[in-house]
Amino acid sequence: MDAGSRDDFIIAIRSAFLKKGNKQRFSLIFLIIFSLIFLALGRINFKPIDNVKIAIREIVYRSSFVVSIPENYLKKTYQIIQSHFIIYNDYFEIKSEIKELKAQKTVDKFIVEENKRLKKIIDDYVAESNEIVAKIIIDKNSPFLRSLIVNKGSKNNIKLGMAVLDGNYLVGKVVEVNYLTSRALLLSDLNSKIPVIIEPGNFQSILSGTGKSDGIIQYLKENYLIEENSTIYTSGAGGLFKAGIPIGKIEIKESNKEKKVDFFSDFSQLRFVKIMSFEKDMD
Amino acid sequence: MVEFSKITITNRILRYAPILLLFISVLNEFDFNYLELKYFSFNFPFVLIFYWSLKKAESLGYGLIFIAGIINDVVVGLPMGISSLAYLLICGFAAYFRNITLNPSLVKDWFFFLTTILVVNSMVYSLLVLFFSYNMNYNDLIVNFIFTFLLYIICANIFEVYQKLVFGNQNV
Repeated sequence: MDAGSRDDFIIAIRSAFLKKGNKQRFSLIFLIIFSLIFLALGRINFKPIDNVKIAIREIVYRSSFVVSIPENYLKKTYQIIQSHFIIYNDYFEIKSEIKELKAQKTVDKFIVEENKRLKKIIDDYVAESNEIVAKIIIDKNSPFLRSLIVNKGSKNNIKLGMAVLDGNYLVGKVVEVNYLTSRALLLSDLNSKIPVIIEPGNFQSILSGTGKSDGIIQYLKENYLIEENSTIYTSGAGGLFKAGIPIGKIEIKESNKEKKVDFFSDFSQLRFVKIMSFEKDMD
Repeated sequence: MVEFSKITITNRILRYAPILLLFISVLNEFDFNYLELKYFSFNFPFVLIFYWSLKKAESLGYGLIFIAGIINDVVVGLPMGISSLAYLLICGFAAYFRNITLNPSLVKDWFFFLTTILVVNSMVYSLLVLFFSYNMNYNDLIVNFIFTFLLYIICANIFEVYQKLVFGNQNV
Protein backbone atom coordinates (compact mmCIF):
# COMPACT_ATOMS: atom_id res chain seq x y z
CA MET A 1 0.00 0.00 0.00
CA ASP A 2 1.61 3.30 -1.03
CA ALA A 3 1.45 6.45 1.08
CA GLY A 4 -1.30 8.04 -1.04
CA SER A 5 -3.76 5.16 -0.80
CA ARG A 6 -2.98 4.76 2.91
CA ASP A 7 -3.86 8.43 3.42
CA ASP A 8 -7.10 7.94 1.47
CA PHE A 9 -7.95 4.95 3.66
CA ILE A 10 -7.29 6.92 6.86
CA ILE A 11 -9.30 9.89 5.61
CA ALA A 12 -12.24 7.63 4.67
CA ILE A 13 -12.16 5.86 8.06
CA ARG A 14 -11.84 9.15 9.93
CA SER A 15 -14.69 10.70 8.00
CA ALA A 16 -16.89 7.61 8.57
CA PHE A 17 -16.29 7.13 12.29
CA LEU A 18 -15.09 10.42 13.77
CA LYS A 19 -16.97 13.16 11.93
CA LYS A 20 -20.52 13.97 12.81
CA GLY A 21 -22.53 13.30 9.66
CA ASN A 22 -25.11 15.54 8.03
CA LYS A 23 -28.08 15.96 10.43
CA GLN A 24 -26.45 13.61 12.95
CA ARG A 25 -26.32 14.60 16.63
CA PHE A 26 -23.63 12.13 17.64
CA SER A 27 -20.49 10.82 15.99
CA LEU A 28 -20.31 7.08 15.40
CA ILE A 29 -17.21 6.55 17.50
CA PHE A 30 -18.86 8.21 20.51
CA LEU A 31 -21.87 5.87 20.33
CA ILE A 32 -19.70 2.80 19.71
CA ILE A 33 -17.63 3.58 22.81
CA PHE A 34 -20.84 4.25 24.74
CA SER A 35 -22.20 0.81 23.68
CA LEU A 36 -18.98 -0.86 24.83
CA ILE A 37 -19.12 0.91 28.20
CA PHE A 38 -22.79 -0.07 28.56
CA LEU A 39 -21.89 -3.70 27.79
CA ALA A 40 -18.93 -3.76 30.17
CA LEU A 41 -20.86 -2.19 33.06
CA GLY A 42 -23.76 -4.57 32.43
CA ARG A 43 -21.32 -7.50 32.54
CA ILE A 44 -20.07 -6.55 36.00
CA ASN A 45 -23.65 -5.92 37.24
CA PHE A 46 -23.07 -2.22 37.96
CA LYS A 47 -26.11 -1.22 40.04
CA PRO A 48 -27.21 2.02 38.24
CA ILE A 49 -26.94 0.26 34.88
CA ASP A 50 -29.02 -2.63 36.24
CA ASN A 51 -31.73 -0.15 37.28
CA VAL A 52 -31.65 1.50 33.86
CA LYS A 53 -31.93 -1.95 32.27
CA ILE A 54 -34.99 -2.84 34.36
CA ALA A 55 -36.70 0.44 33.41
CA ILE A 56 -35.90 -0.05 29.71
CA ARG A 57 -37.17 -3.64 29.82
CA GLU A 58 -40.50 -2.60 31.38
CA ILE A 59 -41.08 -0.03 28.64
CA VAL A 60 -39.86 -2.19 25.76
CA TYR A 61 -41.83 -5.31 26.75
CA ARG A 62 -45.09 -3.34 26.86
CA SER A 63 -44.35 -1.55 23.58
CA SER A 64 -43.35 -4.79 21.91
CA PHE A 65 -46.62 -6.39 22.98
CA VAL A 66 -48.60 -3.60 21.29
CA VAL A 67 -46.46 -3.56 18.13
CA SER A 68 -46.71 -7.36 17.85
CA ILE A 69 -50.53 -7.40 17.78
CA PRO A 70 -50.84 -7.50 13.94
CA GLU A 71 -48.18 -10.21 13.61
CA ASN A 72 -49.69 -12.23 16.44
CA TYR A 73 -53.04 -12.05 14.68
CA LEU A 74 -51.41 -13.41 11.50
CA LYS A 75 -49.64 -16.10 13.50
CA LYS A 76 -52.88 -17.14 15.21
CA THR A 77 -54.73 -17.31 11.88
CA TYR A 78 -51.95 -19.43 10.39
CA GLN A 79 -52.11 -21.84 13.34
CA ILE A 80 -55.92 -22.08 13.16
CA ILE A 81 -55.78 -22.93 9.46
CA GLN A 82 -53.04 -25.48 10.10
CA SER A 83 -54.96 -27.16 12.92
CA HIS A 84 -58.08 -27.43 10.72
CA PHE A 85 -56.16 -29.56 8.27
CA ILE A 86 -55.14 -32.12 10.86
CA ILE A 87 -58.32 -32.15 12.93
CA TYR A 88 -59.85 -35.25 11.29
CA ASN A 89 -56.86 -37.50 11.90
CA ASP A 90 -56.48 -36.20 15.43
CA TYR A 91 -60.08 -37.05 16.30
CA PHE A 92 -59.64 -40.84 16.07
CA GLU A 93 -56.32 -40.79 17.85
CA ILE A 94 -57.72 -38.69 20.70
CA LYS A 95 -60.78 -40.91 21.03
CA SER A 96 -58.73 -44.04 21.65
CA GLU A 97 -56.36 -42.15 23.97
CA ILE A 98 -59.26 -40.92 26.13
CA LYS A 99 -60.46 -44.48 26.55
CA GLU A 100 -57.04 -45.59 27.78
CA LEU A 101 -56.62 -42.55 30.02
CA LYS A 102 -59.96 -43.04 31.75
CA ALA A 103 -58.91 -46.52 32.74
CA GLN A 104 -55.51 -45.29 33.89
CA LYS A 105 -56.94 -42.42 35.94
CA THR A 106 -58.53 -44.63 38.56
CA VAL A 107 -55.25 -46.47 39.12
CA ASP A 108 -53.32 -43.18 39.25
CA LYS A 109 -55.44 -41.72 42.06
CA PHE A 110 -54.29 -44.44 44.38
CA ILE A 111 -50.63 -44.09 43.29
CA VAL A 112 -50.63 -40.30 43.82
CA GLU A 113 -51.87 -40.61 47.39
CA GLU A 114 -49.39 -43.36 48.16
CA ASN A 115 -46.59 -41.29 46.63
CA LYS A 116 -47.45 -38.27 48.81
CA ARG A 117 -47.23 -40.40 51.94
CA LEU A 118 -43.89 -41.88 50.89
CA LYS A 119 -42.40 -38.50 49.99
CA LYS A 120 -43.24 -37.14 53.42
CA ILE A 121 -41.30 -40.03 54.93
CA ILE A 122 -38.15 -39.28 52.88
CA ASP A 123 -38.46 -35.50 53.42
CA ASP A 124 -38.73 -34.60 49.73
CA TYR A 125 -40.25 -31.46 48.21
CA VAL A 126 -43.98 -31.98 48.40
CA ALA A 127 -45.43 -28.58 49.08
CA GLU A 128 -45.76 -26.06 46.29
CA SER A 129 -45.84 -22.33 46.85
CA ASN A 130 -48.88 -20.45 45.63
CA GLU A 131 -48.94 -20.78 41.92
CA ILE A 132 -49.01 -17.57 39.92
CA VAL A 133 -50.76 -17.63 36.60
CA ALA A 134 -49.08 -15.32 34.12
CA LYS A 135 -49.92 -14.22 30.61
CA ILE A 136 -47.28 -14.38 27.92
CA ILE A 137 -46.77 -10.95 26.42
CA ILE A 138 -43.84 -11.68 24.10
CA ASP A 139 -42.70 -15.00 22.72
CA LYS A 140 -40.33 -13.85 20.01
CA ASN A 141 -37.75 -16.56 19.66
CA SER A 142 -34.60 -15.45 17.98
CA PRO A 143 -32.54 -18.11 16.20
CA PHE A 144 -30.21 -17.99 19.21
CA LEU A 145 -32.47 -17.63 22.22
CA ARG A 146 -35.67 -19.39 23.25
CA SER A 147 -37.41 -17.40 25.92
CA LEU A 148 -40.70 -15.70 26.69
CA ILE A 149 -41.80 -12.64 28.60
CA VAL A 150 -44.66 -12.87 31.09
CA ASN A 151 -46.72 -10.11 32.67
CA LYS A 152 -45.81 -10.86 36.29
CA GLY A 153 -42.69 -9.60 38.07
CA SER A 154 -41.23 -8.94 41.50
CA LYS A 155 -44.44 -7.09 42.42
CA ASN A 156 -46.21 -10.47 42.22
CA ASN A 157 -43.50 -12.29 44.19
CA ILE A 158 -41.80 -13.81 41.17
CA LYS A 159 -38.23 -14.82 42.00
CA LEU A 160 -35.26 -15.97 39.96
CA GLY A 161 -35.20 -19.73 39.33
CA MET A 162 -38.92 -20.36 39.80
CA ALA A 163 -40.37 -23.14 37.66
CA VAL A 164 -42.58 -22.27 34.70
CA LEU A 165 -45.24 -24.84 33.90
CA ASP A 166 -47.80 -25.39 31.18
CA GLY A 167 -50.47 -27.34 33.07
CA ASN A 168 -48.45 -30.08 34.74
CA TYR A 169 -45.56 -29.96 32.30
CA LEU A 170 -42.34 -28.10 32.92
CA VAL A 171 -41.52 -25.58 30.19
CA GLY A 172 -38.68 -23.52 31.69
CA LYS A 173 -37.47 -21.39 34.55
CA VAL A 174 -37.42 -17.68 35.41
CA VAL A 175 -34.08 -16.08 34.52
CA GLU A 176 -34.83 -12.37 34.72
CA VAL A 177 -37.21 -10.53 37.04
CA ASN A 178 -38.34 -6.95 36.56
CA TYR A 179 -40.95 -5.08 38.59
CA LEU A 180 -43.95 -5.91 36.36
CA THR A 181 -42.53 -8.46 33.93
CA SER A 182 -40.19 -11.46 33.89
CA ARG A 183 -38.32 -13.54 31.33
CA ALA A 184 -38.50 -17.32 31.34
CA LEU A 185 -35.82 -19.36 29.61
CA LEU A 186 -37.46 -22.26 27.78
CA LEU A 187 -36.15 -25.82 28.07
CA SER A 188 -35.43 -25.77 24.34
CA ASP A 189 -32.87 -22.95 24.69
CA LEU A 190 -29.24 -23.88 24.07
CA ASN A 191 -28.27 -22.44 27.45
CA SER A 192 -30.89 -24.39 29.42
CA LYS A 193 -29.55 -27.33 31.47
CA ILE A 194 -31.93 -29.24 33.78
CA PRO A 195 -31.16 -32.35 35.86
CA VAL A 196 -33.60 -35.06 34.82
CA ILE A 197 -34.48 -38.66 35.40
CA ILE A 198 -35.40 -41.11 32.64
CA GLU A 199 -38.08 -43.68 33.36
CA PRO A 200 -38.18 -46.66 33.10
CA GLY A 201 -34.65 -47.34 34.31
CA ASN A 202 -34.20 -44.46 36.77
CA PHE A 203 -31.28 -43.01 34.74
CA GLN A 204 -29.99 -39.63 35.95
CA SER A 205 -28.98 -37.20 33.25
CA ILE A 206 -28.98 -33.60 32.06
CA LEU A 207 -31.50 -32.24 29.61
CA SER A 208 -30.13 -29.52 27.38
CA GLY A 209 -31.98 -27.42 24.80
CA THR A 210 -31.01 -27.51 21.14
CA GLY A 211 -32.10 -24.02 20.15
CA LYS A 212 -34.91 -25.61 18.10
CA SER A 213 -38.22 -26.98 19.40
CA ASP A 214 -36.73 -30.04 21.10
CA GLY A 215 -34.13 -31.02 23.67
CA ILE A 216 -31.28 -33.49 23.95
CA ILE A 217 -30.07 -35.85 26.68
CA GLN A 218 -26.47 -35.19 27.68
CA TYR A 219 -23.83 -36.78 29.89
CA LEU A 220 -25.26 -40.29 29.75
CA LYS A 221 -23.04 -43.28 29.07
CA GLU A 222 -23.68 -45.07 25.77
CA ASN A 223 -24.10 -48.49 27.40
CA TYR A 224 -27.32 -47.55 29.22
CA LEU A 225 -30.24 -49.08 27.43
CA ILE A 226 -32.80 -46.36 27.03
CA GLU A 227 -36.02 -47.26 25.34
CA GLU A 228 -37.75 -45.17 22.73
CA ASN A 229 -40.66 -43.20 24.28
CA SER A 230 -39.17 -43.32 27.78
CA THR A 231 -40.50 -40.44 29.87
CA ILE A 232 -38.34 -37.60 31.20
CA TYR A 233 -39.07 -36.09 34.61
CA THR A 234 -37.21 -33.54 36.70
CA SER A 235 -34.87 -35.37 39.09
CA GLY A 236 -35.00 -32.77 41.85
CA ALA A 237 -31.18 -32.68 41.99
CA GLY A 238 -29.91 -29.22 42.84
CA GLY A 239 -33.03 -28.46 44.83
CA LEU A 240 -34.51 -26.00 42.36
CA PHE A 241 -37.45 -28.09 41.16
CA LYS A 242 -39.23 -30.90 42.92
CA ALA A 243 -38.67 -34.36 41.50
CA GLY A 244 -41.18 -35.86 39.09
CA ILE A 245 -42.41 -32.95 37.01
CA PRO A 246 -43.07 -34.44 33.55
CA ILE A 247 -41.09 -32.89 30.69
CA GLY A 248 -41.23 -35.05 27.56
CA LYS A 249 -40.54 -38.32 25.80
CA ILE A 250 -37.32 -39.76 24.36
CA GLU A 251 -36.95 -40.08 20.62
CA ILE A 252 -33.90 -42.07 19.55
CA LYS A 253 -32.41 -41.07 16.21
CA GLU A 254 -31.34 -44.15 14.29
CA SER A 255 -28.70 -42.27 12.31
CA ASN A 256 -26.46 -41.24 15.22
CA LYS A 257 -28.16 -42.81 18.26
CA GLU A 258 -28.79 -39.29 19.54
CA LYS A 259 -31.41 -39.12 22.30
CA LYS A 260 -33.77 -36.28 21.44
CA VAL A 261 -36.50 -35.12 23.79
CA ASP A 262 -39.91 -34.37 22.40
CA PHE A 263 -41.49 -31.99 24.93
CA PHE A 264 -45.03 -32.65 26.13
CA SER A 265 -45.83 -28.98 25.84
CA ASP A 266 -45.78 -27.13 22.53
CA PHE A 267 -43.83 -23.97 23.39
CA SER A 268 -45.08 -22.09 20.34
CA GLN A 269 -48.69 -22.43 21.53
CA LEU A 270 -48.28 -21.11 25.05
CA ARG A 271 -50.66 -18.32 26.08
CA PHE A 272 -50.68 -18.63 29.88
CA VAL A 273 -48.21 -20.34 32.20
CA LYS A 274 -48.06 -21.22 35.87
CA ILE A 275 -45.06 -19.96 37.82
CA MET A 276 -44.25 -21.66 41.11
CA SER A 277 -41.49 -22.59 43.51
CA PHE A 278 -41.30 -25.66 45.71
CA GLU A 279 -40.79 -25.82 49.45
CA LYS A 280 -40.44 -28.65 51.91
CA ASP A 281 -43.60 -29.59 53.78
CA MET A 282 -42.88 -29.02 57.46
CA ASP A 283 -45.94 -30.86 58.81
CA MET B 1 -54.83 24.62 4.11
CA VAL B 2 -56.10 21.30 5.52
CA GLU B 3 -55.10 19.59 2.29
CA PHE B 4 -51.64 21.17 2.52
CA SER B 5 -51.03 19.97 6.11
CA LYS B 6 -52.24 16.47 5.19
CA ILE B 7 -49.66 16.33 2.41
CA THR B 8 -46.95 17.51 4.78
CA ILE B 9 -47.81 14.86 7.39
CA THR B 10 -47.91 12.05 4.80
CA ASN B 11 -44.68 13.31 3.32
CA ARG B 12 -43.03 13.34 6.76
CA ILE B 13 -44.19 9.80 7.54
CA LEU B 14 -42.84 8.60 4.20
CA ARG B 15 -39.51 10.31 4.83
CA TYR B 16 -39.20 8.80 8.31
CA ALA B 17 -40.42 5.39 7.10
CA PRO B 18 -36.94 3.73 7.25
CA ILE B 19 -36.50 4.58 10.94
CA LEU B 20 -40.12 3.64 11.71
CA LEU B 21 -39.60 0.32 9.95
CA LEU B 22 -36.42 -0.24 11.95
CA PHE B 23 -38.23 0.33 15.24
CA ILE B 24 -41.16 -1.87 14.23
CA SER B 25 -38.79 -4.63 13.14
CA VAL B 26 -36.80 -4.62 16.39
CA LEU B 27 -39.90 -4.41 18.58
CA ASN B 28 -41.71 -7.07 16.63
CA GLU B 29 -38.76 -9.24 15.53
CA PHE B 30 -40.61 -10.23 12.37
CA ASP B 31 -38.63 -13.21 11.25
CA PHE B 32 -41.36 -15.78 10.42
CA ASN B 33 -40.12 -18.03 13.21
CA TYR B 34 -43.65 -19.25 13.82
CA LEU B 35 -43.55 -21.06 10.47
CA GLU B 36 -40.96 -23.26 12.19
CA LEU B 37 -38.90 -23.63 9.04
CA LYS B 38 -35.84 -25.51 10.14
CA TYR B 39 -33.29 -23.66 8.07
CA PHE B 40 -34.65 -20.17 7.69
CA SER B 41 -33.87 -17.02 9.61
CA PHE B 42 -32.60 -13.60 8.73
CA ASN B 43 -31.61 -10.31 10.31
CA PHE B 44 -33.74 -7.62 8.72
CA PRO B 45 -32.33 -4.66 10.74
CA PHE B 46 -28.85 -5.36 9.29
CA VAL B 47 -30.20 -5.01 5.75
CA LEU B 48 -32.23 -1.91 6.55
CA ILE B 49 -29.42 -0.11 8.39
CA PHE B 50 -26.76 -0.91 5.82
CA TYR B 51 -28.87 0.17 2.85
CA TRP B 52 -30.13 3.46 4.31
CA SER B 53 -26.78 4.38 5.89
CA LEU B 54 -25.19 3.87 2.51
CA LYS B 55 -27.74 5.61 0.35
CA LYS B 56 -29.31 8.22 2.59
CA ALA B 57 -27.47 8.44 5.89
CA GLU B 58 -29.53 11.35 7.20
CA SER B 59 -32.73 9.26 7.12
CA LEU B 60 -31.45 7.15 10.06
CA GLY B 61 -29.97 9.04 13.01
CA TYR B 62 -27.11 7.28 14.77
CA GLY B 63 -28.71 8.01 18.15
CA LEU B 64 -31.94 6.35 17.02
CA ILE B 65 -30.02 3.35 15.69
CA PHE B 66 -28.34 3.03 19.09
CA ILE B 67 -31.77 3.02 20.79
CA ALA B 68 -33.09 0.47 18.26
CA GLY B 69 -30.17 -1.78 19.18
CA ILE B 70 -30.97 -1.51 22.88
CA ILE B 71 -34.62 -2.40 22.15
CA ASN B 72 -33.54 -5.39 20.07
CA ASP B 73 -31.36 -6.66 22.93
CA VAL B 74 -34.24 -6.37 25.37
CA VAL B 75 -36.72 -8.17 23.09
CA VAL B 76 -34.34 -10.95 22.11
CA GLY B 77 -32.70 -11.25 25.54
CA LEU B 78 -29.10 -10.50 24.60
CA PRO B 79 -26.73 -8.48 26.82
CA MET B 80 -27.78 -4.85 26.51
CA GLY B 81 -25.59 -2.86 24.13
CA ILE B 82 -24.47 -5.70 21.86
CA SER B 83 -26.96 -5.06 19.04
CA SER B 84 -26.32 -1.31 19.27
CA LEU B 85 -22.64 -2.02 18.77
CA ALA B 86 -23.39 -4.26 15.77
CA TYR B 87 -25.77 -1.72 14.20
CA LEU B 88 -23.34 1.17 14.68
CA LEU B 89 -20.47 -0.83 13.19
CA ILE B 90 -22.66 -1.50 10.16
CA CYS B 91 -23.27 2.26 9.89
CA GLY B 92 -19.50 2.80 10.08
CA PHE B 93 -18.81 0.27 7.34
CA ALA B 94 -21.53 1.78 5.16
CA ALA B 95 -20.17 5.32 5.72
CA TYR B 96 -16.64 4.16 4.86
CA PHE B 97 -17.88 2.44 1.70
CA ARG B 98 -19.82 5.58 0.71
CA ASN B 99 -16.65 7.64 1.11
CA ILE B 100 -14.49 5.41 -1.07
CA THR B 101 -17.06 4.66 -3.81
CA LEU B 102 -17.04 6.77 -6.94
CA ASN B 103 -19.40 4.70 -9.10
CA PRO B 104 -22.03 3.07 -6.89
CA SER B 105 -23.58 -0.19 -8.07
CA LEU B 106 -25.96 -2.55 -6.35
CA VAL B 107 -23.74 -5.61 -6.85
CA LYS B 108 -20.71 -3.85 -5.30
CA ASP B 109 -22.91 -2.80 -2.37
CA TRP B 110 -24.15 -6.35 -2.03
CA PHE B 111 -20.68 -7.82 -1.76
CA PHE B 112 -19.51 -5.13 0.61
CA PHE B 113 -22.56 -5.96 2.71
CA LEU B 114 -21.33 -9.57 2.78
CA THR B 115 -17.96 -8.44 4.15
CA THR B 116 -19.67 -6.15 6.64
CA ILE B 117 -21.99 -8.76 8.13
CA LEU B 118 -19.14 -11.29 8.20
CA VAL B 119 -16.99 -8.97 10.29
CA VAL B 120 -19.79 -7.61 12.47
CA ASN B 121 -21.35 -11.03 13.16
CA SER B 122 -17.94 -12.50 13.98
CA MET B 123 -17.24 -9.70 16.45
CA VAL B 124 -20.66 -9.98 18.09
CA TYR B 125 -20.51 -13.77 18.41
CA SER B 126 -16.97 -13.64 19.75
CA LEU B 127 -18.09 -11.15 22.40
CA LEU B 128 -21.09 -13.31 23.31
CA VAL B 129 -19.07 -16.51 23.56
CA LEU B 130 -15.93 -15.14 25.21
CA PHE B 131 -17.32 -12.54 27.59
CA PHE B 132 -20.90 -13.63 28.19
CA SER B 133 -20.46 -17.45 27.98
CA TYR B 134 -23.31 -17.94 25.52
CA ASN B 135 -23.74 -21.26 23.78
CA MET B 136 -24.13 -20.85 20.04
CA ASN B 137 -25.40 -23.16 17.36
CA TYR B 138 -23.07 -22.33 14.52
CA ASN B 139 -25.28 -23.96 11.86
CA ASP B 140 -28.06 -21.54 12.80
CA LEU B 141 -25.66 -18.62 12.61
CA ILE B 142 -24.53 -19.61 9.13
CA VAL B 143 -28.14 -20.02 7.97
CA ASN B 144 -29.00 -16.62 9.41
CA PHE B 145 -25.96 -15.09 7.76
CA ILE B 146 -26.70 -16.59 4.31
CA PHE B 147 -30.36 -15.58 4.31
CA THR B 148 -29.51 -12.05 5.49
CA PHE B 149 -27.04 -11.78 2.62
CA LEU B 150 -29.58 -13.07 0.08
CA LEU B 151 -32.32 -10.83 1.46
CA TYR B 152 -30.20 -7.74 0.88
CA ILE B 153 -30.52 -7.74 -2.90
CA ILE B 154 -34.31 -8.16 -2.73
CA CYS B 155 -34.76 -5.43 -0.12
CA ALA B 156 -32.28 -3.11 -1.82
CA ASN B 157 -34.35 -3.19 -5.02
CA ILE B 158 -37.54 -2.46 -3.11
CA PHE B 159 -35.88 0.34 -1.12
CA GLU B 160 -34.46 1.83 -4.31
CA VAL B 161 -37.92 2.08 -5.86
CA TYR B 162 -39.22 3.58 -2.60
CA GLN B 163 -36.37 6.05 -2.47
CA LYS B 164 -37.01 7.24 -6.01
CA LEU B 165 -40.71 7.66 -5.27
CA VAL B 166 -40.31 9.52 -1.97
CA PHE B 167 -37.00 11.37 -2.23
CA GLY B 168 -36.73 11.61 -6.00
CA ASN B 169 -33.35 11.03 -7.68
CA GLN B 170 -31.43 13.31 -5.33
CA ASN B 171 -28.36 12.08 -3.48
CA VAL B 172 -28.40 8.41 -4.62
